[in-house]
Amino acid sequence: MTSAKTPLLALTGVSKRYGGVTANAGIDLIVDPGSIHAILGENGAGKSTLMKLIYGVQSPDEGQILWKGQPVRLGSPADARRLGIGMVFQHFSLFETLSVVQNISLIVPGSQKTLGARIRALGDEFGLTVDPDAMVHALSVGERQRVEIIRCLLLNPDLLILDEPTSVLPPQSVKKLFETLRALQAKGMAILFISHKLEEIKDLCDTATILRAGRVTGRVTPAEHSAKDLATLMIGRAMPPPMPAVARSGGELRLQISGLSHDNDDPFGLPLKDLSLTLRSGEILGIAGISGNGQQDLAALISGEIVQARSARDTLRLMGQPMADQGAAARRALGFAFVPEERLGRGAVPDMSLSDNALLTAHGAGLVTGGFISRAAERAFTADIIDRFDVRTPGPQAEAGALSGGNLQKFILGREITLAPKVLLVSQPTWGVDIGAATDIRRRLIEMRNDGAAILVISEELEELFQICDRLHVLHKGRLSPSLITAQVTAEEVGAYMIGAGPTKGAAA
Amino acid sequence: MKISFIRRDRASRWAMILAPILAFVGAIATSIILFTALGKDPALALYSLVLEPFLSWYNFSEILLKMAPLLLIAQGLAIGFRANVFNIGAEGQLVMGAIAASALPVWYPLGDSALMLPAMLLMGALGGMAWAAIAALFRTRFNANEILVTLMLTLIAVQILNYLLLGPWKDPKGFNFPQSVRFPDAALLPTLLPGTRVNISLLFAFVVSALCYVFMRHRFSGYQLLVGGLAPRAASYAGFSQSRAVWISLCIGGLCAGLAGAAEVSGPLGQLQRSVTLGYGYSAIIVAYLGGLNPLGIVLSAFVMSAIYIGGDNAMVSADLPIAAVWVFQGLLLTFYLAGLTFIRHRLIFLPSTRKAAP
Repeated sequence: MTSAKTPLLALTGVSKRYGGVTANAGIDLIVDPGSIHAILGENGAGKSTLMKLIYGVQSPDEGQILWKGQPVRLGSPADARRLGIGMVFQHFSLFETLSVVQNISLIVPGSQKTLGARIRALGDEFGLTVDPDAMVHALSVGERQRVEIIRCLLLNPDLLILDEPTSVLPPQSVKKLFETLRALQAKGMAILFISHKLEEIKDLCDTATILRAGRVTGRVTPAEHSAKDLATLMIGRAMPPPMPAVARSGGELRLQISGLSHDNDDPFGLPLKDLSLTLRSGEILGIAGISGNGQQDLAALISGEIVQARSARDTLRLMGQPMADQGAAARRALGFAFVPEERLGRGAVPDMSLSDNALLTAHGAGLVTGGFISRAAERAFTADIIDRFDVRTPGPQAEAGALSGGNLQKFILGREITLAPKVLLVSQPTWGVDIGAATDIRRRLIEMRNDGAAILVISEELEELFQICDRLHVLHKGRLSPSLITAQVTAEEVGAYMIGAGPTKGAAA
Repeated sequence: MKISFIRRDRASRWAMILAPILAFVGAIATSIILFTALGKDPALALYSLVLEPFLSWYNFSEILLKMAPLLLIAQGLAIGFRANVFNIGAEGQLVMGAIAASALPVWYPLGDSALMLPAMLLMGALGGMAWAAIAALFRTRFNANEILVTLMLTLIAVQILNYLLLGPWKDPKGFNFPQSVRFPDAALLPTLLPGTRVNISLLFAFVVSALCYVFMRHRFSGYQLLVGGLAPRAASYAGFSQSRAVWISLCIGGLCAGLAGAAEVSGPLGQLQRSVTLGYGYSAIIVAYLGGLNPLGIVLSAFVMSAIYIGGDNAMVSADLPIAAVWVFQGLLLTFYLAGLTFIRHRLIFLPSTRKAAP
């Protein structure tokens, strides 16, 4: 039945609802054999839901999925794998304490010896070089992604789904990944490529299906359209123009880190070594780097979730005061605010309402009087955030866990910004946030900077850092690069620091 | 066919009402089988377990009497449980409270000061709190698990009780029974309902319930405890102190248990006896969870639980049930209820098998 005209995968009228929310409505999707097909959409547009339906994680409420012309019902990812559908998730599922081949043998049948040989063969054929006997914890993020892809390939899939595969890679590795994907395509494999990076999609994909609010709003050939057109299809309006970053002279010193070191308890954790940086009012400082190079510990050390010994109290100064030995509450009291990368369970309590989540860090903003929670003030504060930051939710009483990642991010960011902090630390500000909202978040950060706040942004997205930051440091293996002035460096130079190939100290400004 | 649990968007009100009812029905149905297997008449056993406690004023007043300590302790424990601080040793804190409260009448057996009783209650509360504070200290200083520490401290408390009753505090005129002197009238709690043994400690329990409700619903410190329980990383992110949560939770729990201990010796017992450790401290854990850790729910579950206690006593006498059967009934009730709780937050879905369609 697999003639050239039969699509590999066809979805007709597929719908999926969660409670009252329609995540997918009447989706039609056709993926031809041997094509690289992009799924483009804002956060919350229904991309993830659609992939879950195709990969058998969930079942559609309506509509039909045809695989090679035959209707199929996918009850689990195992069913999908059996048919020949492989998926690489954005967040990897590898055991760090096992070797590459051990990880793979958990899913792929075969002895470790034959698997090792197959891994090498695949690696040579598609440029996915990885040592089968290496321990996963010792691998870089790019290598881990290769392991995930190899694990899928060993099952000989006809369709490979990649969820935001480039978001974790430095620019150099993205090129390599694309070469691999093109080689796979040449072998006749179809690829579903989910991304929000328009340039990548134009570069790589043959066709793109664009989703907006759970519906298909366009099927286009990306190469024939400009990034601006694609964005318009995706968000339903023209992209808001980025706000130009106005260079400012240095304001007062707000955050000073000098000689900060930290050993992680985790046996595979990365120690931070002798970090130093300064952050002044009216500037945005970026920390670039591939995740897993110490970003999480750095954020926790600055926020006060990790407290240093008293002897090291001078390694971190906030508003001139030694604070390295003080907890998060004391630092917040000085005018520090923080948007963490994990929204659920850290930035917000999933089982509590948005109102109660506002209280989490905004209790000092008149929401508590005499030890009693003022429900009215809490609700008003929350409603104000929902309104000003365009948080899409039924209202302040909605549970935080019910919001989409992007909406919750807008809420948390709104809460922290509303506190008018003197120093704001934002970790991965636009992870999983749609372009419209991401642009808005960046614009707000720049506004805050122009109003005199000192902002530290930790992000994997180099483009984003180049858009908003005045200066950059690159974090690699627990060490910081020298300060780089954004206007004077190129992405390639920063990329070199990201993979530890930067010039020696002193060469850069 | 595959069955799996899906988390509901919001808690189902129907399930919230139905869960306790179904738990009760399930426990009864299972007990019928159990009692029949034991060769007891299930109808008689259930009559005395479930109905008899409500059929006479005396039995009913005994329910209220037992309810007071259960309610008091459970309210205190529930605060800690919601903050993920698991104080399993309320029994020991109750014993220490009873001992601390007894010190006054033991030392002044002829005392008639009006301050005697308030001082006893205060000492009892502080005694229970101090005992729980040991666990808080160990947890915050040495990171010692509070479940183990509170549990082991209970064993120590019981041995201290034994030592006192067999040694220095033994009533010289008590025919060598392990019990203290009988307390003077000034050391006894006033009766609340004339003609019964119900004393004003029931009022304390209701006042504490109201305070707990206000604390957990309207106080910022109660909110901080909730956050610590629901999402510890969010608490650390916001700068809510974990050790503060441990101290508050254990101190409130110990205080309530100690007060309950003081009320036992100055109430129905009238002296310090070994029978002060009837297991209220453990049952209160069940009461707290049965009440959904909610101050209002706990009032209801404390009542139900003490009715089951009285029913159990009745059943041992009139239906000749072994005490273990009564405990099994109580255990069944909890098990069914916890199973039912799952449905408040989750719903079952039946997935059709996939093999049929996928060739």
